[in-house]
Parts: sequence; C-alpha cells; structure tokens
Amino acid sequence: MRIVSCLLRMIALATLLALQPGAAAAQSADEAFTRLGADSFSDTNRAIELLIANAHPQAAPIIEALAAGRLLAGGGAVVIKTTDGKFLDARTGAALPAESPGLAPVRLNNGVRRNIQAALGGLGLLNPDAGKRIAAAEAVFKSRDVALLPVLEGAIAKETDARAKAALRQAQAAILVAKPDAPPFDRIAAIDVLRERGDQDALATLRSLPADSSPALKEAQSRAVSAIEGKLAVWRAGQNLWYGLSLGSVLLLAAIGLAITFGVMGVINMAHGEMVMLGAYTTFIVQEIIRTRFPGLFDYSLLIAVPLAFMVAGLVGIAIERGVIRFLYGRPLETLLATWGISLILQQAVRTAFGPTNREVGAPNFMSGAFEIGQLAITWNRLWIIVFAGLVFAALLAILKLTPIGLQMRAVTQNRRMASAMGIRTGRVDALTFGLGSGVAGLAGVALSQIDNVSPNLGQSYIIDSFMVVVFGGVGNLWGTLISAMTLGVANKLLEPYAGAVLGKIALLVFIILFIQKRPRGLFALKGRAVEA
Amino acid sequence: MSVNTTRRVILGAALAGATVLGSYLPAAAQETIKVGILHSLSGTMAISETTLKDVMLMLIDEQNKKGGVLGKKLEAVVVDPASNWPLFAEKARELITKDKVSAVFGCWTSVSRKSVLPVFKELNSILFYPVQYEGEESERNVFYTGAAPNQQAIPAVDYLAKEEKVQRWVLAGTDYVYPRTTNKVLEAYLKSKGVKSEDIMINYTPFGHSDWQTIVSDIKKFGTAGKKTAVVSTINGDANVPFYKELGNQGVKATDIPVVAFSVGEEELAGIDTKPLLGHLAAWNYFQSVKTPENEAFIKQWKAYKKNDKAVTNDPMEAHVIGFAMWVKAVEKAKSFDPDKVIDALPGIEAPNLTGGISKMLPNHHITKPVLIGEIKADGQFDVVSKTGLVAGDAWSKELDGSKDLIGDWVEKKCGNFNVKTGKCGGA
Repeated sequence: MRIVSCLLRMIALATLLALQPGAAAAQSADEAFTRLGADSFSDTNRAIELLIANAHPQAAPIIEALAAGRLLAGGGAVVIKTTDGKFLDARTGAALPAESPGLAPVRLNNGVRRNIQAALGGLGLLNPDAGKRIAAAEAVFKSRDVALLPVLEGAIAKETDARAKAALRQAQAAILVAKPDAPPFDRIAAIDVLRERGDQDALATLRSLPADSSPALKEAQSRAVSAIEGKLAVWRAGQNLWYGLSLGSVLLLAAIGLAITFGVMGVINMAHGEMVMLGAYTTFIVQEIIRTRFPGLFDYSLLIAVPLAFMVAGLVGIAIERGVIRFLYGRPLETLLATWGISLILQQAVRTAFGPTNREVGAPNFMSGAFEIGQLAITWNRLWIIVFAGLVFAALLAILKLTPIGLQMRAVTQNRRMASAMGIRTGRVDALTFGLGSGVAGLAGVALSQIDNVSPNLGQSYIIDSFMVVVFGGVGNLWGTLISAMTLGVANKLLEPYAGAVLGKIALLVFIILFIQKRPRGLFALKGRAVEA
Repeated sequence: MSVNTTRRVILGAALAGATVLGSYLPAAAQETIKVGILHSLSGTMAISETTLKDVMLMLIDEQNKKGGVLGKKLEAVVVDPASNWPLFAEKARELITKDKVSAVFGCWTSVSRKSVLPVFKELNSILFYPVQYEGEESERNVFYTGAAPNQQAIPAVDYLAKEEKVQRWVLAGTDYVYPRTTNKVLEAYLKSKGVKSEDIMINYTPFGHSDWQTIVSDIKKFGTAGKKTAVVSTINGDANVPFYKELGNQGVKATDIPVVAFSVGEEELAGIDTKPLLGHLAAWNYFQSVKTPENEAFIKQWKAYKKNDKAVTNDPMEAHVIGFAMWVKAVEKAKSFDPDKVIDALPGIEAPNLTGGISKMLPNHHITKPVLIGEIKADGQFDVVSKTGLVAGDAWSKELDGSKDLIGDWVEKKCGNFNVKTGKCGGA
C-alpha cells in the first residue's frame, strides 16, 4: 500500500515538474538516452533534465546509478550496473544477461554532480524514509530550484516527522527568500526561518539575496545576518579552543615518549621522531595484511596495530639503548650526535624498504567523518586522538607511579648509585625505560598515521615540537608535559586566525625562548638531588 | 638552545656522508658521453625526485639501445644532493668539473634551481629543469621544460571562473618563493578581471604543515558570502596529504568549494584515500589517464622498467621525456656536445609530448605545452575535463608591473630580460 501511494506521489510530482514553463515536455525521453551516451558533460546535464521533465519511470534509479558511477553507456546502449554486479537495461529496468562490450561509465564533473544532487533532492522529497527526506531537503536548500516550491509545500503539509518538517521548511525558505515575485511577507518570514537555522549555509543563502529587494526586506536580512554572525562568532571561539586541544593532544602524544627518554633519563634522543615513524609504518603493515588476508577486520586494524607498534618501536629502542646509548651516558653531545646518526640511518632504511613515497593508511569507519554539536563540527579522528592521548598519558602515569618497574625507574634516575646499592639492576632498568619511551613514541605513530603522511620524513616534523613541549613543561615531569602540550596547542590555535600559521608559530617560538630565559627549568621544575646530579 | 646549533653541524656532516651513497654507473664503452642527474634521493624531496632519477635512467638506457647519440653511448652520472640546497650547488660543480657531463637534468624546488644557477653560468653548462615554477626567469644555461604560470595557474583560474562560475578565491600556499610569486601573478590577474580585494583570501603555511583544522574552517567561513568560492592551492609536497584529509573530514565537497591544485599529482594522491576528494581539481600539462598511443607506450615502458604494475607517471616525468628528446635532437643538429653549440641549437627544436601534440623549445628557453584540467577520481587518477591547445610559456608574467615589458630571447636579442619598451637588455 505504502509503495503504491509513494509511486502515485512520485508521478504527481513528476507531472508537476513537467508542467513548469521551460521544461521540455515535448521532447521524448529517448533523446535523454542518446545524450547519456554522447560522452559530453553538457549532454549529460540535458539528459538529467529530460528524464525529470518527462517523468521517466526509471529516472530515480538512473540518476542514482549515475551519481555512483554505475551508469554505463556505449554503442547506443545505456546500462545500470547494480551494487551486486548485475546489469539492467536503463530504459526498462529489465535484467540483461551479461555485460555487453564497449560500455564505459558515464563521466561526471562537478557541474553534473551538482545537477544530480538537485535532481535527487527533488525526487527524494516524498521518500517514505524520513532520513532521506531530510537529505533531499538539504539538497534542495542548496540548489534553490524554484520549480520545486509546490512540491515542497505539498510535502510540508503531509510531513509528520518534526525534524524533516523543519528541514523542508528551511528548504522552502531558501527558495522563497531569493524569489523576487514571492509575497514580501512570506519572504520576511523566510528570513526568520533561516535566522533560526543560523548556520553557515543559512548565512550564505541570506547574503546571496538579490540586490533589488525592498528596504524592509533588506533590513530584515541585515538583522538576520548580524544575528547569525554574532552567534557563529561565539561558536568559533569554542571551535578554536577545540582545535587547540586537538593540536595539544597530538603534541602530547608526540612528546610523551620523549618525556621519558629525555625527561626522565636525560638522553637527548634525536631518533625519537623515527620511533614515531616506525609506529606509523607498523600500522601500515598491519593494514596491508588485513586488506589482503582479512578484509573484515579492517575496522579493528588500529586496535591490532597499537600493541604491535608499541612492541616494534620499544624493541628498536631497547636495541639502540643496549647497542649505542649505554656507552654514552653522561656525554650529552656524543649522545646527541649518535642518536641523530641513528635517526638518519632509520629514515634511509625505511626509505629503501618502503620507497620514498607516502603510504596509504586508511581510516576505520569509526574514525571517518564528523558530527556537529550546534555549529561546532567535530571530526571523529580528532576526537579519538584526544581520547587516545589521554589514555596513553594515564597508562604511563600509572606505570611510573604504581608498578615496581616504575618505582625502579624513578629510583635509578634519581640516584643511580644508591639504587644499584639497593640491588636494582640499573642497566636492565635503563634499557626498559628507554624501551618504554620508544614504545610510547610508537603508539603516537599509530595515531599520527591517521592525520599525517606516512612517509620516512614523518618523525622529522615532530622532533622539534616534541623537544619544545618537554623543555617548556619542565624536564622529568609528566604532568608538566601534559600542561605544556595543551598550552602550546591552544595558544597556537588561538593565535592562528589572527596571525596566520607562519607568524603564529614564530610568535610561539619567541615566547618559549623568552620563557626559558626566565625559567630555565620549564613550567614545573624538579626539585631535589636529581637536578644536581 | 645548544641542541639546535649542534644539530645543524650534525645535519651537514650527515648529509655529506649520505651523498657518498650517490653511485656511479659502470662505464659501458671506452668513450661515453656523460649526462648528469641532479635529483634528491634522500631527505624531504626524495618523495618527488627519486622517480625523476629513475625516469632519466630509463630514457638514457633506451637511447643507448638505439645506438646512443652521434655514435657515442650515454652514461648517466647520478648524484644525491639530499634535499639540501647548498649541496645542490656543490654537486652541480662536481658534475660539471669532475665528471665533465654534457648536460644536467635535475632540481625540483625553485630554491635548488636558484642555488645551482651561478654554477651553471660560471662553468657554462646546460640544465634541464622539469618542474612547474613561478616564472620571472630566463637564463641562457637553463631550459625550463615545466610549466610557467601562464601554462598552469592562469588557465586553471579561467576554467573555474568559466565552468564553475567562481567569484570568490582562496589562494592557499606553502610559504616560499613559488607559491608567493604565483599568487602575486594570480592576484593581479584576478583583479584585472574585476574581482574585488575582499573576494580574495590569501593564506600561507609553513613547509610540512600538518594541522589544517583552522585553515579549512576559515575556508568554509569564507565560502559563506553567498558567492561561489574556490580554493587555488599551491601547497607543496607532504603538507597536501593532511590538508586533503582535513577537507574530507570536514566535509568540504568539490561541488560546494572546489580545490584546484598545482602541485598535487598522481604521486601525491598515492598516500590518501581519494573517495572524499572526488571532483577536486588539478591543473597540469600531463595526466597519466590521458589516452594517447604515446602515453600508453610510455606507461607500459615505465611499469616494465619499475617492475611494478602500480607505478604511476606524472607531469615532471613527461617534462624530462620532452627535455631529453629535445637535447638529443639538438646535439644531433649541432653535431657536437659542446654546450655553446647545443644551447644555440635548442630553440626551435620540436619533440612530441605524451598528450598527443608537438612541443617546441622557444627562444626564451621555455616550451609550448597544452594545459589540462583534471578532476580527482576515486582510484587516485585524474579525469581530464578540459584541455587547451599548445600554450607558449612566458618567462616573464604579463600580469605583474615589474615584468610585463620584459621578454627572454636568446636567439635574436641574446638576453634573458629584454625590455621591449626601452629596447635595452637588463630588466625593468
């Protein structure tokens, strides 16, 4: 019953469309199919118009297939390839035995894509699914197709879902507001609807009002624009804060491993960035294996990569400590030189093994896209990175404060000889501490693979920032690292809209230089014997 | 911090060490003609330049199979300037004086080209430079086979204004000489077309910028003025991947705000999931997806050479193909490898490009090329949506006050910056 009534509505809609002046009702739908095969964008656009205008029963499936790149044409035939790989004749919807030769997908450009969106918007307004109706209303909101006004009115009258009704009303308002011959009262009411909506799209619509509108309308428009702008400015401040926290969490992840190796152990570890890079490449390898062997597990790829990245980077770290750094304790300049050399070796090794080009690390579904709180768009990947950074921080803090190995680490770094006298094997603790710091850097690599290039240079771009965070926060203090990362992140993002990315970064560096002059030990200086040692 | 100064010292030492890795291919015959290849194989630019080294080796190999040039075999001399600009000059000097190469194919960034320029002038050798650049240069010893701004940027802007009806422009770039000059040219061009200052937003970011949240949301905000908005991106290298990821995540669709890029090719897209980027644009003189017999043969040869069925080709590779073919023809015309004779023989030489036309070396040492606009497809390739005829490269932009009266002409005027108004050689 429902489907039948839906079909009836579709036909009614199509008839309405066909009655619009300028619609080429007389031209046959056959022309549409010839034009689809012509491999020209303007012909494809015309074909879409013809299909809609003639109320072709197959219009919706054809346009949907076109949008998805599943509409094939060639040799006079137009064929829909279904999502499960079957072939249908576009004219009739009848199944075809097999793919005929000479078919190629009908090509799209942005202009065609916009027309498709508008057409699907028009076709979807009466869809039984409320979600689809909202999507269609959004499409109409953007296309502002005056011809759809009567359909919208009909749809609003029938609408029962509150959210869909609001979306339909907004679409109607977007059309009315720019329609010069609409009653002035309706247009002012439409401005109010847009003002209520209050987002960037509403602002764009309001600003695009034709110049010939009446003074009353102009006044209502300018009032609505300033109201929306005021509201958006508040949201924008919140958004900058959020961006700052997000940047801070990235800095925290990159720096927290260094807070162990440099902060706690005092090793100037220039190869820290390469541990991050190894973590990112581990993620890449895990994803490659999952892609080829277990495609169903893709959404869990990052979860699987987390312990592996920790282990790979941690083991490499232990090897570096045992092989090189332990001979250089107490000689910071040599350590610096040696670790810088190691970082170059690791980079070139990865470049030789994986090639110099970027590797693709995909985002699992739960990390793609964005959601909105009010006018604040929050991307899932950034949210998860903040959560992940918090978890890593908490775990590290717990290890240092609550576990025996953490106690030993603190003991060795504070007073090596006393710890040794108490029976702690300091060499082993050194190796484990360095491994822990490197492993945490590997964890950062998993997260950074989601937002940055996975290339041999990945680590280089973070090493300076990491040192900056640790030095600013106070060497040897994890809480200091947390606060310093967040401060630097937020300060950077609050500066950026005014000063630009380049100047903002310079300003921040100058600030840190001045700050270190005043407080050489950073925000939170360690007290006690460790400092003098 | 002492950390920083020490770092620089180590950087220098380590890079010097890394260049020792640059290898010499074994000499095949007793008398060979050496060709220098000056592309970074390590450091930040290795991502782009390594493939250019490979394509040169392939071309030289192929030429030797055909019997070499003037009856002599060619020998490639590969050095690694390690993305270190001063090292480019040192390595160039080494190639010319120690290895006595007849010509050098190399450089990617403008700063590396500027760094080697004095060396090529002093020692009088030939450089083929294969990358699109900011223009405002014409040197006797350099042949520019990449695009000048009027062969890439301006046609791209024209396409957006005409086909997408764009009225508001964001010019976003990395903060160095190529984006700054290109954006200056574009700004002057847009203003000459009646675009108001408030409809142009210019934004620069540091190299390797990775946090694009603020800028992408600024672009979205700029797009709410009720006029069609587009982004013209001269963002370079690694920073593109996080930029496009952020665009995808914040839902900036090509149908709403298209982004046209001048430095994003098939190689750069290899590191990203391109599905959210469908329809964003790039302007080049070559795309791998161009269907011509020349291109299909080249792709086949390249994949076989790389022993990788997924190896991609890109615009600067095509520039080397054209440049190398032109050099071979010029040497044959001059019947000599002598740089002076080859430099004089090069203007007027024609060589087929891979998109079905014949490119010609002009007296200003730039070449004629078609301009192609491509839309990103879901498979990381480009769908060509617009193609112009052959466009002659302008060494000096006609849009900028300081350079509109200048021409480069090494055939009649023997001058790279001849002022047509004053009739004198030597600048504005």
